[in-house]
Amino acid sequence: MLMNLTDEQMDRYSRHLILKEVGPEGQIKLLQSRVLVVGTGGLGSPVSLYLAAAGVGTIGLVDADTVDISNLQRQIIHTTADIDRPKVESAAVKLKAINPEIKIEPWLLYLDASNSLDIIRQYDFVIDGTDNFATKFLINDACVLAGVPYSHGGILRFDGQTMTVLPRKSACYRCCFHEPPPAKSVPSCSQAGILGAVAGMLGTIQAAEALKFITGAGSLLTDSLLSFDAKTMNFRRVKLRKRPDCPVCGENPSIIELSDSEREACGLK
Amino acid sequence: MEIRLNGESRCINAAHLTVAGLLEMEQVPSPEMVAVQIDGEIVHRCAYNDTMVGDRNQVDLLYFMAGG
Ligand SMILES: [Zn+2]
Repeated sequence: MLMNLTDEQMDRYSRHLILKEVGPEGQIKLLQSRVLVVGTGGLGSPVSLYLAAAGVGTIGLVDADTVDISNLQRQIIHTTADIDRPKVESAAVKLKAINPEIKIEPWLLYLDASNSLDIIRQYDFVIDGTDNFATKFLINDACVLAGVPYSHGGILRFDGQTMTVLPRKSACYRCCFHEPPPAKSVPSCSQAGILGAVAGMLGTIQAAEALKFITGAGSLLTDSLLSFDAKTMNFRRVKLRKRPDCPVCGENPSIIELSDSEREACGLK
Repeated sequence: MEIRLNGESRCINAAHLTVAGLLEMEQVPSPEMVAVQIDGEIVHRCAYNDTMVGDRNQVDLLYFMAGG
């Protein structure tokens, strides 16, 4: 690798450098990596803050939304002064303030079937921090089709769940959840509520998975679904299997290109 | 019979129990909001009425979570 850490980088990342699983090589990998964070909300906030601080060289942020006062209870990258500002813009300013040497690529749009493959292909790892099933399934399918690893995350009330997907190597989101539930039975955070700190708990797990994937440290949360209940602080990890009959990563996939049908099925747009 | 439900041992007072019956017994508010795994195999949502839960099965109820 034709890159040396500067004196300033040696200081900034010193606590990474002394980890034998990261070290200078791992830090250089981080500086050269590109991670896409889809959704700059409850999960995207802690994820992108930690990735920026860790020195992930390029962070893509996808969100078409603007900051609302009701976001501030958990979306800790945004402040009261950011209300009505596009979330990707608000987030980019904070991330650059933490770490001026990283590059932020803001995507002021929602992922859909027409744009997601082109965007996802430009990154090494993707974080699902979205708030609806249509986009969660879209990210899974796009990452499997493009062969880009990603971290799934979901939160509701006091609960969180996450899994890391290495396309065609480990179980994907559809291997477990198959298809989106009918729109009528889907509670969102705006309907069901969410304890703000739960977003931080789950988002930091996703950030750690991204950093582990890039540096090669440890073993990933693959072929399993980690879920927790913050009311009891019980964590549980359920083993999952890659399904041969999975509609997207199986042997005879029915999903060979992306469509927005899931989005329609879930009553969005 | 005795099953392991979400990692915990549970005695079931019935000889025959379908997945749909178990979800009802567990008062899962909406069966559509949960993926069911028995001994490592996911049960398809449309088979909840026809799939039996057996003695010593490991049953995991995995909830859909949309929030972010
Ligand atoms: Zn799959």
